[in-house]
Amino acid sequence: MRFSPSSRNLLTFCTLLLITLVCLPWFLSLYIAGMLTIALYFSVFTMSWDLLFGYSGEVNFGPTFLIGIGAYAAALLNVNAGLPVFACVLLGTLTAVLAGLLLVAPALRLRGPYFCLITLVSVLVLQEFITIFAQYTGGEIGMTLPGVLSASGMVNYYLALALVCVSAGVFLGITSSPVGLILQAGAQDPVAAESLGFNIVKYKVLAFSLSAFFSGLSGAMLVFYMGTASVSIVVSVSVILQIIIAAIIGGRRTIVGPILGSLFIIITGQWLQYLGQLDYAAVAILALIILLFFPDGIAGIILRRH
Amino acid sequence: MALLEVSGLNKRFGGIRAVKDVDLSVQEGQIVGLIGPNGSGKSTLLKLLTGVHKPNSGSIRFDGREIHNWPINKRIKQGMAIVFQHSRPLHRQTVLDNIKLALLPDRVFNIHYPGDIEAKALQAARLLGLEDVVDAYPGSLPFGYIRRMEVAKALALSPRLLLMDEPFAGLTPSEVGELAELILSARHEKQAIVLVDHNVKAVYSFVNRIIALYVGAKIADGEPREVMANAEVRRVFLGKSMDEGQILQPSMASEPGGDNLLLDLDIESLKYGKAEILRNVSIRIREGEFASIVGLNGAGKSSLMKAVTGLVNYTGDVKWRGMSTKRMTTAQIIRLGIAFAPETRELFHHMSVKENLEMGGERLNRHELEARLEDVYALFPILRERVAQPAYTLSGGEQQMLTIGRALMQAPSLLILDEPTLGLAPVVLEAISEALLKLHQSRGLTILLAEQNLHFALKLSNSIYLLDHGSISWHGAVADFVQEVGDKFLV
Repeated sequence: MRFSPSSRNLLTFCTLLLITLVCLPWFLSLYIAGMLTIALYFSVFTMSWDLLFGYSGEVNFGPTFLIGIGAYAAALLNVNAGLPVFACVLLGTLTAVLAGLLLVAPALRLRGPYFCLITLVSVLVLQEFITIFAQYTGGEIGMTLPGVLSASGMVNYYLALALVCVSAGVFLGITSSPVGLILQAGAQDPVAAESLGFNIVKYKVLAFSLSAFFSGLSGAMLVFYMGTASVSIVVSVSVILQIIIAAIIGGRRTIVGPILGSLFIIITGQWLQYLGQLDYAAVAILALIILLFFPDGIAGIILRRH
Repeated sequence: MALLEVSGLNKRFGGIRAVKDVDLSVQEGQIVGLIGPNGSGKSTLLKLLTGVHKPNSGSIRFDGREIHNWPINKRIKQGMAIVFQHSRPLHRQTVLDNIKLALLPDRVFNIHYPGDIEAKALQAARLLGLEDVVDAYPGSLPFGYIRRMEVAKALALSPRLLLMDEPFAGLTPSEVGELAELILSARHEKQAIVLVDHNVKAVYSFVNRIIALYVGAKIADGEPREVMANAEVRRVFLGKSMDEGQILQPSMASEPGGDNLLLDLDIESLKYGKAEILRNVSIRIREGEFASIVGLNGAGKSSLMKAVTGLVNYTGDVKWRGMSTKRMTTAQIIRLGIAFAPETRELFHHMSVKENLEMGGERLNRHELEARLEDVYALFPILRERVAQPAYTLSGGEQQMLTIGRALMQAPSLLILDEPTLGLAPVVLEAISEALLKLHQSRGLTILLAEQNLHFALKLSNSIYLLDHGSISWHGAVADFVQEVGDKFLV
């Protein structure tokens, strides 16, 4: 296989990032390792979003529909049916894929803003349902889960890191394969891609299913790590905004960029916590500055081609 | 059996019949050019063949199968290929990767590139003379190479029928010749080609058959020489026939009023991306003059009008009463007293006729506004009957009148009209022509007209500029035009 300069850069970069992430918890306090664990789950959300936005050309304004379904399905099964954590995570993930395919994917056939609108509305509907069925879901307060992934902070950290590695591997594999090329062509100019003989809806559905799978999986694992499932962690609009901001400042169309963006968002958010109500605004302003000076994001600076 | 068999094809957009009962058949190995003035339906016809639009009725048989309802990708798998005028290649991939894309099978679980794809893509690149740029990124290449890359992609599919939309648009005359030769040498002799292009000269030398369309219907079909000699084809391209001598009546237009120079235009170059649309164009318009820019479609007329009104960037300068307008915004230029009636009309579709007119006269006071409205209604009485109707419910002719009326509401010193005759019936043309004559002669309004309908332009103007591939190839008085240029205008 022939490596272009940019893919050699990417390989070096991924290796360095992986080594750093593997070694990091040896030097850090449990508290910070815990925070990084959340950031790792969050980066799977962001990568899944980038697959759709950066390659498939679809702006998903409702990533938390997929995440939330995965998380709440897993949590409900754990609380009400008492299934083991592993089974809950698996079924939650499948529910997210199924719900995405049934409710959102049909909009992929339409041109224009329908996909954005449907994804946004789907989140609002999900949020309403959680409130309406508060006796099962805990409503605004959320629900506490009896099951946990692991009691050990280290195990939890490496579980999250393993998920990041698997999903990044799958996404990078897809985007550098012929499918990735066809997806990008369809995003750039759907009619031109169709006129090279590609049924681009098929490819968009594939990308969407993968995005739904990893969003749901990460959402389900996250609630079992946190021990609670609540709207503010996996559904609310502010989570959506954080995902989008993280993907863009990390560097869209790079898959690994969003990992950096997620770490950046979560870490600066924590670091600026003493600002109280202002922390969110401060992160947003920082993100804006990065966007203004480096429109290709953090990864864009590192992986610059020319 | 013909490779492509079209019968009774119809396409409507709202109330407009863009394609009317068109029949045609294309045999293996034929190269067919679709020509026609703007609005003739040739692009729509091509879009029906490619599948970008679906017909309202009629049949398209390709290789014996009925395909009029097939999606684009299915047609491609059946043996068609398409080259679009406006291509957006993948800019993060090299030319070679862009060509590889065309060679991939349509399978979702296609994780590895086929082993021979590199060699095949290189071969496709070589056929179009792209071997030196395969590792370059499309963004760094001149426009002509991008077009060649698009053709290479289409030919890489080994189609039996290649459909091309304006393959020569935006290319310089020498690039046109090069591309035509490359396509002819790269294609397999059994491959058929159907193309649409505004550049009639390029089509003429490239094809072995021409189909001429006018307002959606086929008016001629045959050998290029026959078709171009056809009286009806000449009439639709030139307005009325040159041979009938009817245009030798330029006396209807009065002589230019004063020596006051209103517009002094010198454009060195106007480009869209990498395509150069205008080169070294100079035009001077005196107060009271009626000047017309004539030329075939794609010659650059509309771009020239947009340059005057500041809607596009250019190098050079446009002076209004001696003052440069280069740094002004469109709004500032309009306030100098230049009113623009664009080719696409740009009416406010959901506003009524009166509201549209009032938008034009927005800077007038109540009294002036009423007087101006009366003026416009006097010029186009039909608009008075339609005052309360939304603009989109008007017929094409009424919409054109409204466009001109709205421009007049701005109380302009110069009225710029871009193809007001587009797609209009002769009787409407007559009404618009009379109105313009009245404006020019009895009110002394200065008018700049861009027009493809030569008859219409010659009847009204004092001076003529002939625009050919982005340069002025002739200019002077109307009477001289007929003698010196005459019917050499077309081919």
